[in-house]
Amino acid sequence: MAEKGPTASIEAVESGLAAQGYIASRQIATAVYLSQQIEKPILVEGPAGVGKTELAKAIAAWRGLKMIRLQCYEGLDEAKALYEWKYAKQLLYTQILKDKLGEVLGGAETLHDALAQLHDFGDVFFSKEFVEPRPLLQALEQPAGCVLLIDEIDKSDAEFESLLLEILSDFQVTIPELGTVTAVAAPTVILTSNSERDLGDALKRRCLHLHIGFPEQKLEERIVESRVPGISQTLRKQMVGFIHEVRSLDLKKLPSVSETIDWARVLVLLQAPELGSEIVKDTLNVLLKYEADIEATLPQVSTFIAKTSRQSVVFG
Amino acid sequence: MRENLHRFFRAARGAGVRLSPAESIDAMRAVSKVGFTDRTVLRDTFLLTLAKTQDEKKALGACFDLFFDQPEPSQPPPEDSETDKSDTQDPGAASDTQGDADGGDQAQDLGQLAQMLLSQDRNAMAAAIANASNAAYLSDIRYFTQRGIFSGRVLDQMGIQRLRDDLDALTATNPALAERLQAALDGLRDTVRETVSQALMLYGREEAENLRNEILRNAPLSRIEPRQVAQMRVLIRQIARRLRERYSKPRKRQRRGHLDVRRTIRRNAAWGGVPFLTAWKRRHRDKPKIIALCDVSGSVARVSDFFLLLIHSLHEVVSDVRSFAFSGHLIEVSDILESKSPEEAMAEIMSKVGFGSSDYGNSFADFEHEWMNAITPQTTVIILGDARSNNLDPRADILRRIGERSKRLVWLNPEGRMAWGWGDSEMPRYSTFCTVVRQCATAQQLERAVSDIVASYQ
Repeated sequence: MAEKGPTASIEAVESGLAAQGYIASRQIATAVYLSQQIEKPILVEGPAGVGKTELAKAIAAWRGLKMIRLQCYEGLDEAKALYEWKYAKQLLYTQILKDKLGEVLGGAETLHDALAQLHDFGDVFFSKEFVEPRPLLQALEQPAGCVLLIDEIDKSDAEFESLLLEILSDFQVTIPELGTVTAVAAPTVILTSNSERDLGDALKRRCLHLHIGFPEQKLEERIVESRVPGISQTLRKQMVGFIHEVRSLDLKKLPSVSETIDWARVLVLLQAPELGSEIVKDTLNVLLKYEADIEATLPQVSTFIAKTSRQSVVFG
Repeated sequence: MRENLHRFFRAARGAGVRLSPAESIDAMRAVSKVGFTDRTVLRDTFLLTLAKTQDEKKALGACFDLFFDQPEPSQPPPEDSETDKSDTQDPGAASDTQGDADGGDQAQDLGQLAQMLLSQDRNAMAAAIANASNAAYLSDIRYFTQRGIFSGRVLDQMGIQRLRDDLDALTATNPALAERLQAALDGLRDTVRETVSQALMLYGREEAENLRNEILRNAPLSRIEPRQVAQMRVLIRQIARRLRERYSKPRKRQRRGHLDVRRTIRRNAAWGGVPFLTAWKRRHRDKPKIIALCDVSGSVARVSDFFLLLIHSLHEVVSDVRSFAFSGHLIEVSDILESKSPEEAMAEIMSKVGFGSSDYGNSFADFEHEWMNAITPQTTVIILGDARSNNLDPRADILRRIGERSKRLVWLNPEGRMAWGWGDSEMPRYSTFCTVVRQCATAQQLERAVSDIVASYQ
């Protein structure tokens, strides 16, 4: 399988991600495949913990690329995301070069001449050496290409979105003093969002829009299988079934895939042979993060277990 | 196939997916990469490239299923379609030559369409219908009233004229065959009608929706029919979304003002406190605070319903909304509206205070007694009602005090200006104490009124 070039088929994407322990649904694989084929960023939306960030990591690991991550937060601006001038270095250099400057300008008679001579040297202090590249610029400068993860874009301000537009559509940025920096190799860009606010249409238009929801039972079992290899088949079936029952409840925060994996690890650690109501009650806090949710679920635990074990008997 | 894609994009727009030319180009590029072989992959591709929200994905998915369920010709043999075309273009000439060729055989004597019907060739039929639909520009269909005319056009394109002649001839010579042909023709009519209905669902939705919304926007809220209530709610939500988009942008912070010394020093610590970067004190603008008093008696109730729905859908724009409902007396309804679905909430409010005869004086007194201190100088107080107080004491003095305490006092009246002051309307007396008085009977007026209120804070 070629590592760097665009991948041949959707199946190849699926198996490639699977090799990194990321079990992708057909839709996710299609999105990744298309984003490479038509060089478009992917905007991933979905509830917390369904593997949005994980997807970017898996792609990076699979294609052997460097991953550059930009975590968004309120107040994130150009200087922290794109580039910054190294003021201290500029200052230091002017101090050191003071004498040299005197020499260079020594010949000048009038102030006007000195200025004209200075112009000849160009913008020495506003050149590439004094630019501190931040994640976005770093991503463009990677010679081999990279995976750029812009995490939780919905947390940033609306102005920051506009800053991203140039990068997302043309893979280039414009720095006033230096000109336009174009990507050496187009990076694979993944944006994630928890839909805390509606993103602008301009941003959405430039991206493939992928919504990752909670996975189906079969898929989730495969995910657990790949992430927690030590777990027995019956227990896996039971616990995934149980989680799917819990998701049908009206809770503040539904357990997502990351909680499923955590819980599977806990169950393996406790060496539980199968799902019993005792052990579920003891470990429910791994699954649910609010006291109210736990209280709402507790009375249902035994019915859920009965239901899921019946299912696993039917299938297994 | 490209033609088909274009038609699909049009259908998608009709289904409510906002689709720019750039997005359709992306979709085209994507489709050229994945091909048409796998239907689920194609569907996923469209969902990824065209739909940008969860709702749009749902709408587009349904649209996709409907669109590709059409009787598409699988792969009509090229010869067939060619003769088909020439036939549809000039049915008379084609049949003439055929008629001359061999006059002996009965079946050979018939037109192409009749032969096709008799031979019961499903694929050929589907192909013929699809071709005729294209020739009749079926995708231009907009309104349900056009169904008849488009069915007629499609049938014409298929050569129904010639079929009728055949039928006439056959009834004289071969009644049994004529009967079969008649039955097949009825079947064909049904199929065509179905095709046209489907096309209407695909392509007509946008126009029909626009027309309906336009009518709804200008219809008096108090008199809309029960079946339209749900549509109106959808419309109100759209209005709320529009207002949110317009006003929820972070207000432009002013860079002028006082130097923020603390933040400046901290920011410049890296280069020894030399202030390269300055930080300015920011001035935040207030988000609107709204107190809404809604008359829920009789005819005003429905307007209040929609108004409350709108106000409570403006979370991101409005920082604080408290709503009160009254007819004979007044209660606070904010919690009911926050915790329940609009339908349930309204039912509960109505059961508590609704349907009484309105008493503005008493209700104002209730408000002053308990909630007067909720009004701050940043608050806009909105009163929605027809000001018909059944000749009871209007207590305009309380309204004056409310007006003095608040930033603005807005009165929205569902009745037309002509009716103000007639009968038991106290509007002239109240309006002296209000900052703004406006009529608010339709969704459009409602939108303008709320938009102006929010804009006054920007």
